[in-house]
Amino acid sequence: MSAATFARGYQALKENIDISIAAYFQSCVHCGMCADACLFYTETNDPKYTPIHKLAPLRKVWEQEYTLLGRLKVWLGLAQPLKDEELAEWKEYIYDSCTLCGRCSMVCPVGNDLVYMIRKAREGMAAAGHAPAGLIGATTRAIQIGSPMGLKWLALQTQIKHVENDTGLTIPIDQVGAEFLVLMSAMEIINFPEYLAAVAKIMKHVGKTWTISTEAFEATNSGIQIGASDIAKELVSRIVKAAEKLQVKTVISPECGHAYMAIRWEGPNLMGRYFKFQVKHILEVLDEFRDQGKLKTDGIFETARLTYHDPCQIARRGGVIEQPRNLLKLIARNFVEMADHGKMNWCCGGGGGVSAIDEAHELRTKVFNRKKNQLQELKVEKLVTACANCRIIIEEGFEAYQMELPIIGLTEMVAEHLVEK
Amino acid sequence: MTKQPTIGESLRSQGISRREFMKFCTTAASLMAISPALIPQLAKALENTPRQSVIWLSFQECTGCTESLTRSHAPNLESLIFNTISLDYHHTLQAASGEAAELARAEAMKANNGKYLLVVDGSIPLANPGYSTIAGMSNKDILLEVAQGAKAVIAVGTCAAFGGLPKAAPNPTGAVAVQDLITDKPIVNVPGCPPIPIVISSVIAHYVTFGVLPQLDGLKRPLSFFGQNIHDRCYRRPFYERGWFAESFDDEGAKQGWCLYKLGCKGPVTYNACAIFKWNDAVSFPIEAGHGCLGCSEPDFWDAGGFYQALSVPLTGTATAVSYAMVGGAALGVVGGLLNRQKKSEAKQHHEVVSIADLKRT
Amino acid sequence: MNYTEFLLWVRGPAFHFATAILVLGLTLRFLEMLFLGSPRQYAAVRSNGIAGGIRTVISRFAPPEPGVFQRSWFIIVAGYLFHLGFFISFFLFAPHIILLKSLLGVSWPGLPAPVINIITIISLFAMITLLINRWYYPVLRFLSDFEDYLSWTLAFLPLFTGYLAFHHIWLPYPLMLALHILSVEILMIVLPFTKLIHTFTFIIARWTNGARAAQKGVQV
Ligand code: SF4
Ligand code: SF4
Ligand code: SF4
Ligand code: SF4
Repeated sequence: MSAATFARGYQALKENIDISIAAYFQSCVHCGMCADACLFYTETNDPKYTPIHKLAPLRKVWEQEYTLLGRLKVWLGLAQPLKDEELAEWKEYIYDSCTLCGRCSMVCPVGNDLVYMIRKAREGMAAAGHAPAGLIGATTRAIQIGSPMGLKWLALQTQIKHVENDTGLTIPIDQVGAEFLVLMSAMEIINFPEYLAAVAKIMKHVGKTWTISTEAFEATNSGIQIGASDIAKELVSRIVKAAEKLQVKTVISPECGHAYMAIRWEGPNLMGRYFKFQVKHILEVLDEFRDQGKLKTDGIFETARLTYHDPCQIARRGGVIEQPRNLLKLIARNFVEMADHGKMNWCCGGGGGVSAIDEAHELRTKVFNRKKNQLQELKVEKLVTACANCRIIIEEGFEAYQMELPIIGLTEMVAEHLVEK
Repeated sequence: MTKQPTIGESLRSQGISRREFMKFCTTAASLMAISPALIPQLAKALENTPRQSVIWLSFQECTGCTESLTRSHAPNLESLIFNTISLDYHHTLQAASGEAAELARAEAMKANNGKYLLVVDGSIPLANPGYSTIAGMSNKDILLEVAQGAKAVIAVGTCAAFGGLPKAAPNPTGAVAVQDLITDKPIVNVPGCPPIPIVISSVIAHYVTFGVLPQLDGLKRPLSFFGQNIHDRCYRRPFYERGWFAESFDDEGAKQGWCLYKLGCKGPVTYNACAIFKWNDAVSFPIEAGHGCLGCSEPDFWDAGGFYQALSVPLTGTATAVSYAMVGGAALGVVGGLLNRQKKSEAKQHHEVVSIADLKRT
Repeated sequence: MNYTEFLLWVRGPAFHFATAILVLGLTLRFLEMLFLGSPRQYAAVRSNGIAGGIRTVISRFAPPEPGVFQRSWFIIVAGYLFHLGFFISFFLFAPHIILLKSLLGVSWPGLPAPVINIITIISLFAMITLLINRWYYPVLRFLSDFEDYLSWTLAFLPLFTGYLAFHHIWLPYPLMLALHILSVEILMIVLPFTKLIHTFTFIIARWTNGARAAQKGVQV
């Protein structure tokens, strides 16, 4: 049986270095601004969480493998090659203290895309066997069972039954030729079946055909979070296969941010080809419906003072920023923005697989302080978001900080405000 | 041998009044930065000192320096100082010629051994002594011979002081400066191409008065004349500060008297007194006449970039260096780049698919 | 070697050498980097990456959003002052313009010397505060290595010697001028092989970051 080795990890790091990464390492002037942008630094004041520092091993590989001077240094014995222990030590930085939120990439004055590099560095870490146990478990379940939380079709089927009973709507399954293929995230299946109900309601409202696939219902992709592109590719290919088999026009990524990143942005690149179908986030689809005048609201506005938490992968990393705001304006009167919002939002602290890392629990609770403060400053009565993972992390955070604030998914909220036809 | 007349005696015999003499002393004192309180001492010293014996040797030179000293309006301080010395040997100025001249030199050297001043203009060719000889003697030999008994040496003009024009690249005669050959005597350099006349007379006056040479800078130039930068004393300086430059010799800026930096003025790196004393009886000086300073009182000024090339412009050769570097860089870069590409694709080729079984160590 | 010879040396052979190393180093390092290639984008893009890349190259010159500014204001303000000062005194001081014209063949109007003087002082002051900040601010002390201090010194010296030369302080002008030019030459020689190369590579850094984000429809 094959296994992870340092050599494989090192090789993976080598493979993943490209023009941009070389430019980033050459350009960094150690200004420290990326630290100020990362909640793992701002909430702990510990310099070791500075984003660029998280990339020290990758930097070493670049310098020693791909620069003349670096090679010379190793040859002269002036620099030490990367060691396995270093990678082991960096697990804390590359996984536990980075949610791949990408906020650091927004501020770097020389323009470094730090999150891009951290994502790549995870490839090496995973191949070297330094991925956190929690993520390895989730990834294994995703491959073996079909969902990182170990859910089988049966579980979804049960939820579908419940939803059908509750709403009186039928949930189409494996319908060839439907316009939309709707994906779910495991968390939505277990914790927020309201999402499925909302989608069913909305689709009926706008009169579109849609379907769920028994072969590919899980949209999340642990392969990407752990940094194993081969695994990620397999997970994506399940969806691609199903979508092509069902001949859908559009695959709708669920609210979950990382799922969107995985299928919309990384997916085609993992497959190494263009998709024959479109991939859209549910909020994108809803906003299109709104734009086409298909969403008829009941005219009853939310009056509570509420704000919207941008899931990093949807907003900054995914480009879905205006859509949720358009939708909120349709149904809410008292929508207020956090000081840093949209592409400058602060992460909840649990993205990028961090929520699956047990040993990172304490740290992520600590850094939730940022979101807590943001919300407290705003004095809102309700929080809207669009990612099941964010939602759970925020709920846990509230619990830890003994704070009370209702949270609701945006899709659900939109569904609630549609006129019954 | 007859006793040398003192300077005072000699001046009086020439009909120079006491008043004129005092005026000279005052000027010389101020030029040499001597305190006014010492003027009486200067006057007294000059009055009573015997005329200083001077031997003047000319090597590879153009006689410009002598011209500069002698072509002055009479009567003036320069001619005055000439009266205070006994010029015992000077090619251009002495009446004697041939063997008589050489005899005069030998006599003066003997009579004033260890006391005479040696003035040199022109550089000394070392490549082939035949380039310049006097009475069959090479310049080098004659210099060494005369310098031996000299009290001090004054190198007049940039050629004698630093090698000057003869030494300009490619220096065909192997020209060197006086200080390159004479190392055991006090030397004063009075560079300039040519030097300002008053400087040499003042240096002699200083020597006669105090018996020592004036204070010198790092290049052995009298500080009182070469302590100031042309640029610092240039009346066009305000234009430099404002960034108003003449772009050509006949543009509006040139007519308005703007700074000549862009036209190659070397004032900023030149130490000389032109901007203060000016030339031709203080009528004008090159910058005032509309031409940048050439830096003639500085070593190697002939080779310090083109006369009309601005100071901040690097010497020619950059383009060649850049083209070689580009080729070299491209070659190295392509090699390095290809190595990188190969390395990366090797890593890709050897990529073993990571499956869930590969996420843990065994 | 007297100062004239020294000055001639720095204006001649040393300058040629430094320029050659600069050009050689930059060519080498850029090729080294470019041969690494870039992954292809297969995802359907929202907007053109090239345009977005260019936009980011330019937009990151502007001060960041208020939220970011507040957190990193010191490094931003001091960084701006230093960089602006450095480039203004480099590009807008008359003697430098003449130099650049002789190398590049184009020229532009400069600023009066007293203005350059003040800008240089501000820039020097900013650099000193940046250095102190590097010592005192924990993140920077943690991150900083030899190369950071080297880069600081190499960037500081041209400004500093230029200032001294301009004011004829300390050493005779030709010597100071020679040291000034020499300090720039050292900077030129070291630049391609240290993080000072960010002077050029920042374009690729911003470009790639901006292009990737623009393809997703985000302006970074
Ligand atoms: S991606 Fe987010 S969490 Fe990760 S280093 Fe950057 S700012 Fe920090
Ligand atoms: S913000 Fe950019 S330049 Fe500054 S330390 Fe981070 S990566 Fe380096
Ligand atoms: S003309 Fe020459 S010496 Fe006068 S200010 Fe201009 S550069 Fe300086
Ligand atoms: S202005 Fe300059 S070049 Fe002209 S004589 Fe004076 S020192 Fe020599």
